Amino acid sequence: MNDISNLRATLSELDDLLVNCMRCGMCQSVCPVFQDSMLEGDVARGKLALIDGLAKRMIDSPVAVKERLDKCLLCGSCEANCPSGVKITDIFIKARTVLTAYIGLSPVKKAIFRGTLIHPRFFTGLLSMGAKFQWMATSKADPFLGTSCSKIMSPLIGNRHFLPLAKRPLHKDYSGVDTGKGTAGMRVAFYPGCVVDKMLPQVGHAVIKVLEHHGCGIYLPKNQGCCGIPALASGDEASFLKLLKHNLKPFSQGNYDVLVTPCATCTSTIKKLWPKMAAKISPEAEKKAQRIADRTMDISEFLVKTFDVDLSAHAVVGEKKTVTWHDPCHLKKSIGVSAEPRTILKGLPGYEYAEMNEADTCCGNGGSFNLLHYDTSSRIGAKKRENILATGADVVATGCPACMMQMTDMLSQGHDPVAVKHIIELYADAL
Amino acid sequence: MISGNLKKEFEILLGEKNVMSDEVSRMNYAYDAAVLDPVMPALVLRPESSEQLGDVLRLCGENGIPVTVRGAGTNLSGGTIPYKNGVVLLTNAMNKIIEINEADMYAIVQPGVVTANFAAAVAAKGLFYPPDPGSQKVSTLAGNVAENAGGLRGLKYGVTKDYLMGMDFFDAEGTLVKTGSKTVKCVTGFNVGGLMVASEGCLGVFNEITLKLIPPPKASKSMMAVYDSVADATESVAAIIAAKIVPCTLEFMDNFTIRAVEDYAKAGLPVDARALLLIEVDGHPGQVADEAAVVEEICKKHNASRIQVAKDDEEKNKVWEARRAALSALAKLKPTLVLEDATVPRSQIPEMVRGLDTVAAKFGLSIGTFGHAGDGNLHPTILCDRRDTKEWHKVEAAIEDIFDLALNLGGTLSGEHGIGIAKSGYMAREVGEGSMNYLHKIKNAVDPKGILNPGKVIGD
Ligand SMILES: Cc1cc2nc3c(=O)[nH]c(=O)nc-3n(C[C@H](O)[C@H](O)[C@H](O)COP(=O)(O)OP(=O)(O)OC[C@H]3O[C@@H](n4cnc5c(N)ncnc54)[C@H](O)[C@@H]3O)c2cc1C
Ligand code: SF4
Ligand code: SF4
Repeated sequence: MNDISNLRATLSELDDLLVNCMRCGMCQSVCPVFQDSMLEGDVARGKLALIDGLAKRMIDSPVAVKERLDKCLLCGSCEANCPSGVKITDIFIKARTVLTAYIGLSPVKKAIFRGTLIHPRFFTGLLSMGAKFQWMATSKADPFLGTSCSKIMSPLIGNRHFLPLAKRPLHKDYSGVDTGKGTAGMRVAFYPGCVVDKMLPQVGHAVIKVLEHHGCGIYLPKNQGCCGIPALASGDEASFLKLLKHNLKPFSQGNYDVLVTPCATCTSTIKKLWPKMAAKISPEAEKKAQRIADRTMDISEFLVKTFDVDLSAHAVVGEKKTVTWHDPCHLKKSIGVSAEPRTILKGLPGYEYAEMNEADTCCGNGGSFNLLHYDTSSRIGAKKRENILATGADVVATGCPACMMQMTDMLSQGHDPVAVKHIIELYADAL
Repeated sequence: MISGNLKKEFEILLGEKNVMSDEVSRMNYAYDAAVLDPVMPALVLRPESSEQLGDVLRLCGENGIPVTVRGAGTNLSGGTIPYKNGVVLLTNAMNKIIEINEADMYAIVQPGVVTANFAAAVAAKGLFYPPDPGSQKVSTLAGNVAENAGGLRGLKYGVTKDYLMGMDFFDAEGTLVKTGSKTVKCVTGFNVGGLMVASEGCLGVFNEITLKLIPPPKASKSMMAVYDSVADATESVAAIIAAKIVPCTLEFMDNFTIRAVEDYAKAGLPVDARALLLIEVDGHPGQVADEAAVVEEICKKHNASRIQVAKDDEEKNKVWEARRAALSALAKLKPTLVLEDATVPRSQIPEMVRGLDTVAAKFGLSIGTFGHAGDGNLHPTILCDRRDTKEWHKVEAAIEDIFDLALNLGGTLSGEHGIGIAKSGYMAREVGEGSMNYLHKIKNAVDPKGILNPGKVIGD
């Protein structure tokens, strides 16, 4: 282990950010983790006080502080509502990185991030192997939702009803696509993100269908890497930077007009974290990342701002259904997109739109938070489930695959007849 | 010091998860919203029932352990900064609304119920609980009673004390004491509930609290009046009251605050205005229309350069959003924000605002002033960086000047934020030594071992 005084010195570099927290405690009203436990160590104020306390020698337990910091969804609800404008998630990510460097990465995470994620080709290969075996090991838990509860895996991962790996990942069908400008006169780069590629390829297919429908040229470079957020959230800056370097190459080329993703977390990471972190690589890398970030948009935002998305005149097939919307934290709180998806849903033929209560409250997934704190994550998810059910909706739509996984898990465990869809799937179906 | 045996006893009583002794948990309850240094407690205890709460106090009493009760920890005066080697007692696991009685218009709550959750539950039954401190989304009702919290509606509807009908609380030995009643009238015994208001955890620990509810107003109207001079604005306030109109809300913002809010929220505020009044009248629709017209007339007569009456709910929201944004807007300007609440009789508001300008100029500090003009309760807000020692000394001196200013105008040290440790040293200036002795005598009589939030309000 490194010298603790070095650790304190590095944490002290955060002082200019930390000092802005006035300990008003208002973040208690929005933090899903705090509302579950009612413990100060779970809310932003408490976590910031711990970082501060460690830096200022009031406390001496980096491991315990790291544990508290890890019990956080990085949902940004606190930051979006902080009266003092504290850059909370920046502080958390930086502190996690510093603490991880001091304590070391857990062996499991090390294996995942260092061994697989940062080698996109290998990771992809590994997962598609998994897809083949998975069908032998899982039973169909709830046929309606298409989840499967793995008998073999369940001692390891609790009673999750997780989405199976797709038999055929998206990149098997689309890789290295570049169709020029298209009839709409624009070239759109498409970044599906890991979960869409490997678990929800149907979302990727829907994006492509929609882009083609609107006459966009598509640029989908080969061998895209993970956006890096799982590594960075775990404090593994080195792996994040490796992935970022890997991704900068294809996306600095292609001369595209917009880069779209159907994953709120990827969008937010690309827009907000790539440029900041690329500065650590080189000024040129920062410039490249900024160019990419400036052109990056959530798929719904892109559609609404570019095309007429009102399909209400289209013929209705079958009975009218009700759809509701869940605001992913990384969409609404992080990049301020919340009106556009509603515009799309309200213009869908055959659907009545119903707003759910607390539509912008976190679903409780939080990436690896779900793995580390499944109980808390489930209790937060259970509230989301109640709000979904209260609308009486047949379909809950959202804009982030991680939220889709969480809501699928929650609804499937309750055997609720509510389908979980990415908004782009609904839009594509209606075309 | 807390022995291993005593800790075990707490664990048997509360369960291990509700007795926190690790360094990190203790750090988490070492501070509140006051700009003061943190102090780590020896233990953090979290009872889940009245019985457990009483037993904790009994044990602390028997062993002479200092107890600091904590709701949401949002008070601005250090009231929940623990005593060295003492315990912090959390009430947030006791957060049930026990009863909302529509026929008799009262409610009974556990101490840790969050104010806004309670107000919403009451509203859902068609009734109204008016006290609305700016922290209501997180503050607890026991914290509100223990600080006598006010809010934007104080002028017409009063503050927390006006809604306290009764309560039971545990004394320093863990004995349950009852006071007040669910009845509208009650003169049975001393008015101990009155004593518990603003007691800041020094005289007893509240268990169940009975609160008065009222029917909600049927209509309301909001407006914003813009002024080229602070005196015109503050004189309008006096004139409105003199006309026997009591708006539910009558808020003031100075130019510094207006500019900060506009920069931050882009609410379309007039940045050249020297002052703004934000006014809301409520009641029966007819009365609201009449009063709004008179208020408008008065503001015009006092040289308001513009009056904007909100035409619908959306415009009304805009008016209040600007006010709600004041603290955020100011907080973003500098690292440290010191929110004061020295209060004067409302006729003295013009003098107070002039005095605050003098203080700001004397020390070369940025002070934004906004607040409850109708109550005489302004919030001079000093913006600084606490890490700058030289500047911080100036801030401390300025705060002292503000206290003297308020006292010279016949006012008081704190309108709603409490004394805690932040202002306990100044108490005698306002009330005199004789009064301090009396307070000490009360404290010694009910808490001879001095375990209930020692050091707060009246000092050690
Ligand atoms: C952003 C912000 C805005 C604010 N706006 C206002 C405002 O508009 N008006 C206003 O009046 N105040 C305001 N405050 C101050 C503060 O929120 C209030 O004083 C509030 O009542 C405190 O409630 P709490 O639950 O946080 O209490 P805490 O801070 O936890 O405790 C306050 C005091 O009450 C005592 N206490 C708590 N529970 C009990 C109990 N069960 N029995 C006995 N004593 C107890 C504590 O020991 C302490 O002395 C504001 C604070 C902030 C940070
Ligand atoms: S809301 Fe912001 S300033 Fe207030 S305690 Fe939380 S992080 Fe700190
Ligand atoms: S990011 Fe989300 S989970 Fe983490 S402290 Fe903030 S509100 Fe809580």
